[in-house]
Amino acid sequence: MSATHGILPLALREVRFSAGGRSIIDGISAEIAPGPATIILGANGAGKSVLMRLMHGLLQPTSGRISWHLPGEERVRRGQAMVFQRPVLLRRSALANILYALDLARVPAAERERQAMDALREVGLADVAHRPARVLSGGEQQRLALARAWALHPEVLFLDEPTANLDPGAAREIENVIKAFDASGTKIVMSTHNLGQARRLGDEVLFIHQGRLAERAPVEVFFRQPASAEAAAFIKGETPWA
Amino acid sequence: MGVTRFVFALSLCVSCSLEAQQRFITVASTTSTEQSGLFRHLLPIFESKSGIQARVVALGTGQALDMGRRGDADVVFVHAKPLEEKFVAEGSGVRRFEVMYNDFVLVGPKSDPAKVSGSKDIVAALQKIRGAQAAFASRGDKSGTHFAELELWKAAGIDIAKDKGPWYRDTGSGMGPTLNTASGMNAYALTDRGTWLSFKNRGELIISVEGDQRLFNQYGVILVNPAKHAHVKKEMGQTFIDWLISPEGQNAIAAYKIGGEQLFFPNADR
Amino acid sequence: MHTLGEIVLLSLAVSLSAVLFAALIGLPLGAAIAVGRFPGRRALIVLLNALMGLPPVVVGLLVYLLLSRAGPLGELGLLFTPPAMVVAQTILVLPIIAALCRQSVEDAWVEYEEQLRSLGAHGLRAALTLVWDIRFSLVTAVLAGLGRALAEVGAVIIVGGNIDGVTRVMTTTIALETSKGDLPLALSLGFILIALVILLNAAAHLIKEAAQRRYG
Repeated sequence: MSATHGILPLALREVRFSAGGRSIIDGISAEIAPGPATIILGANGAGKSVLMRLMHGLLQPTSGRISWHLPGEERVRRGQAMVFQRPVLLRRSALANILYALDLARVPAAERERQAMDALREVGLADVAHRPARVLSGGEQQRLALARAWALHPEVLFLDEPTANLDPGAAREIENVIKAFDASGTKIVMSTHNLGQARRLGDEVLFIHQGRLAERAPVEVFFRQPASAEAAAFIKGETPWA
Repeated sequence: MGVTRFVFALSLCVSCSLEAQQRFITVASTTSTEQSGLFRHLLPIFESKSGIQARVVALGTGQALDMGRRGDADVVFVHAKPLEEKFVAEGSGVRRFEVMYNDFVLVGPKSDPAKVSGSKDIVAALQKIRGAQAAFASRGDKSGTHFAELELWKAAGIDIAKDKGPWYRDTGSGMGPTLNTASGMNAYALTDRGTWLSFKNRGELIISVEGDQRLFNQYGVILVNPAKHAHVKKEMGQTFIDWLISPEGQNAIAAYKIGGEQLFFPNADR
Repeated sequence: MHTLGEIVLLSLAVSLSAVLFAALIGLPLGAAIAVGRFPGRRALIVLLNALMGLPPVVVGLLVYLLLSRAGPLGELGLLFTPPAMVVAQTILVLPIIAALCRQSVEDAWVEYEEQLRSLGAHGLRAALTLVWDIRFSLVTAVLAGLGRALAEVGAVIIVGGNIDGVTRVMTTTIALETSKGDLPLALSLGFILIALVILLNAAAHLIKEAAQRRYG
C-alpha cells in the first residue's frame, strides 16, 4: 500500500529547538530508518510533540540539521502524513474531507472518489461517507483522519498521541488501523505516553527526557531492562505496580 | 480576483446602460425650491411633454452654482441674481433667463420679544431684533436665502459680521433644519414662503413680517456652458429652459398651490 | 418612482450590491492577511481595523471628488446615479468585512494550521479553504457590513444627490423629511428601517443555526 517514495531514512543531527527563551529540544541526533514501528516515548513536556513537528517539517530547528534521503521539499512532504491528537476535519462530508486531501496531492479528478472510498472502507467508515465529518463521534473522526492519511499512501505516518482523547474502545479501533498501516509497509512514527500502547504497537522506542534522547532500544529490551536511570524512573512512574 | 473585477464591471455597465436608456438632464437647484414641492408638481409635466427626466440635485445656491462650474450639472436653477450674473459673466453659464419669483417672510415666536409682528417693514424689524438681541436663526450656508438675509442686514445699516452676538445663531444648514432650530429655540428666521407653507414642525412660530418689496425673491435658470464642459446636454437642457419660460411652463408654475395658496409667481419675459 | 416600496427596494439594491462587492474583495483579502506572513503585516492589520471607522461623509466626499466631472473619473458620468452610491458604500463596507474576516480566519488558523500545512495547503489556497469552512461565522461579518450600509446617509447623499425618484433611499428620505419638519413621517420611515435590519439579522441567525446543526 505505501508508496516507495524513497524519502527514508530521516537523519537528525544535533537538532536544537528553543522558543520564548526556553530550550525544548536540546541536541538530538538520530536516524529514522525504514522498517520498525518507532515509538517516541516520554513524559508530558519532554518535547515529544515538538520533536514530531520538527521531523514532519511543521517547525524549523533553531540549529542542527534534519535531512531526508531525497531532496525536494514537495516530494519529501508528499511522502509523509500526520495525524494529530485532535482530528482537524473540514465542515464537509467524510468523503469530501478525503477528496480535499487528494485534490491537494494532485490526484487526477477521475481517480479521487474511488481512492477515497477505498480508504473509508479500509477503516470501516464507508457507510458514513456522506455524513458531515464534524457530527461523527471522536473515535470516528480520528479514524477518518487516518483514512485521509491512508488515501495519500505516505511512506511515513506521524501520529502525535492519536488516542489520548479517546475512550478505550475507540482507542482500540485506532490501534487496529495503525497496525494495518504498519502491516502494509508504512513506516510508523508515533508519540505516546501510554506504555501499554507502546508495547502493543511499537518495535523500537526512542525515549525523550528533558529535550534529549535518553535511550533508544527495541521495545521489549526497553521495558524489561531500561539502560538509563531516567527511563527506569519513567517506566516505574507510569506503572506504579511494576 | 479576476472574477471580482469582471462582475463589478459588468454590473456597472448594466446599470450604466440602463441609465442611458432614460433621457435625462441634471439640474442643480436649491433645497428651498425642492422642499416647497414645486419640482414634484412640475417635472412630471415636463417629462410627459418632452420625454426628458429632469433630475434635481438640491443644494444651497452657492453649492448649486459650484456644481455648475464643475460641470456636474447641465442646468442651474437658483435665486440669487448677483451670483447668477457673475456665473454667466465668468463664462460658466450661457445666458440667464428669469422664470418666477416667490417671497421671503420673517417668521418668529408668537411671544414676539422684539415687537415686530404684523409689520410690513423688514428693515425696521431687523433693527428692532438686533436692538432687543432677540434670538435669530440664520442659514449661514452660502444659499440664496442666506445671501438675501445678509443684504437685508446691510440695508438696515447693520454690519452683522461684527454685530452678531450670542442671539444670532449661524446654523450652516438648509432651510428646513434652520427652521427646526428656530422652532426649537423660539427664534426669528428668514425663510421663503414655499418652505414655510410645507413646514410641519412650526412649534410656536408664526409669520411676523411679510409683504415688503425687499423680500421679493427672483429665480433664474441658466444652461451650463458647453464650451467649458463638452459633455453638457445642451439640447435637452435648453429644451427644459425653453419649456420653463413658455406659456405652458409658466402656467404650470402658477398652478402649484399649497393649501389653496400659490407659492410661485411666473414672470419670464420673452 | 416615488412610493415607499420603491425607496425601500432601492436601499436594499444599493446596500446589498455594495456588500456583495465588498465581500468578494474583502473575504479573500482578510483571509490572506490572516494566513500570510510578510513585513508590515501588523501595521496593515491596525490600519484595516481603523478603517472600519471611516466616517461615511468623508467617504462620500472622496468618491464625489473622484466621480465629479472635474475629477479623474468624471468621464464615467457616474455621479448622482445608484452605481455611484454602490461604489461609495462598497468602500465604506470593505474594511469592516475584511477586518472581521481577518480576525475570524486568524482564530480558526490556530486550529487548522498544522493539519492544512501537513496536507500541503498554504497561502491563498489555505486561506480560501478556511473562509469556506468558517462561512457561517463569516455571516456575522457580512451582516455587520450590511447594517452599516443600510444605516448610513453621509456617503449616499453626497454622491447620489438625493434625487427624487432616482437616488433617494430610506436614510436620505428620513434626512429630507426631518429637515422639512415632517417628523412623524421621518420617524415612521426610521422604524421601517430598523424593522428591516432586525428582520435581516434574524434571518441570517436562523440560517446560521440550521447550518451549524447540519454541518457541525
